[in-house]
Amino acid sequence: MEINDENLFSISIVIIIGLIFISIVRVIYVIYQTGKPLHSKSQKPMSTLIVLGSGGHTAEMINVLSALQKDRFMPRVYVAAATDNMSLQKASVLEDSLVDMNGGKVVSAKFMQIYRSREVGQSYITSIGTTLIAIAHALWLMIKIRPQVILCNGPGTCVPLCVIAFLFKVVGIRWSSVFYVESIARVKRLSLSGLLLYKLKIADQFYVQWAQLQRKYPRAHYVGSLM
Amino acid sequence: MGEIEDSENRRMVFVTVGTTLFDALVRAVDTKEFKQELFRKGYTHLLIQMGRGFYTPTKSEAEDGSVAVDYFTFSSSIADHLRSASLVISHAGSGSIFETLRLGKPLIVVVNEDLMDNHQSELAEELAERKHLYCARPRTLHRTIADMDLASLLPYPAGDATPVAKLINRFLGFPDD
Repeated sequence: MEINDENLFSISIVIIIGLIFISIVRVIYVIYQTGKPLHSKSQKPMSTLIVLGSGGHTAEMINVLSALQKDRFMPRVYVAAATDNMSLQKASVLEDSLVDMNGGKVVSAKFMQIYRSREVGQSYITSIGTTLIAIAHALWLMIKIRPQVILCNGPGTCVPLCVIAFLFKVVGIRWSSVFYVESIARVKRLSLSGLLLYKLKIADQFYVQWAQLQRKYPRAHYVGSLM
Repeated sequence: MGEIEDSENRRMVFVTVGTTLFDALVRAVDTKEFKQELFRKGYTHLLIQMGRGFYTPTKSEAEDGSVAVDYFTFSSSIADHLRSASLVISHAGSGSIFETLRLGKPLIVVVNEDLMDNHQSELAEELAERKHLYCARPRTLHRTIADMDLASLLPYPAGDATPVAKLINRFLGFPDD
């Protein structure tokens, strides 16, 4: 076969179509696998990313963490929005209390800040720019952390992180199990973050605290009140 | 006329707006109408945590026929004020609501009608329907005080994170505790 422009062009098209096809198959596979409980019963601790948020979010997340066995979820990295002053402090109080309990034998937790996609009340137009910056920052954080488990409960900061987790699943960088707990303040409607993660099937498990929501969103699990 | 300071006779109403700006509520509790209703119901003190608001209430000592009024903007923890209150009137933030309910204090939640996308009202209305608290608007707050029957409120059962923890553990393949 002659190596000329026409043939090179055809070969490139075939390769590109092949790659697109493989990607689509891979994405379908990831969507299919998302939400299936993990097979391995390895018992090894799993690196965990915990997304904190202002308002009641951090208080609810601390409640969830208090019920989990800490030696199964480590090392732990806490992430909060750059403009959130209190959340990382509250998390560090929790972690300090664990050190006291174990006599200082705990692997130390990390605390990081992330740029927000959108501040409360920010115009939707400027939000596009800040969202892009937030996504880039989230990507950088996720590449550093590559958690096996992600715990989040609603603040907008969790959406870029969870979307990147999905991309990591597709590309094969890391399979992160994403757990989303909708806030107790959401009784009849999901938050925007919740709606996105539910509809796009990005969360492996989606928890709601009110039975009405579980009826409306049947793939969610009703877990009762955390507070 | 003595000071109504000894704790047996002191019945304090604590108003909190958390970290928000909620002038409508602060104004509503600073009206003569409202304070008179409080007095009629046997309350002696009104303490207002006004947060980021601009409107400042008028302080006053306890006098015949009216309640003593005091206020502050923020404090690192309102737990002590909640504990010493006989009645709590709060904005609709979930943190305030649950902190108060966990202490077993009677609670009136006032929804801020000026907030866009008022998802907070869902929670307040649901808990009011379940008779754990009263829901009110700033303009009708004095009527809520007049009509309320605190004995009819039901205690709020404490939340439990164990169901979530169980599901997370099972999903990841960890054994049940």
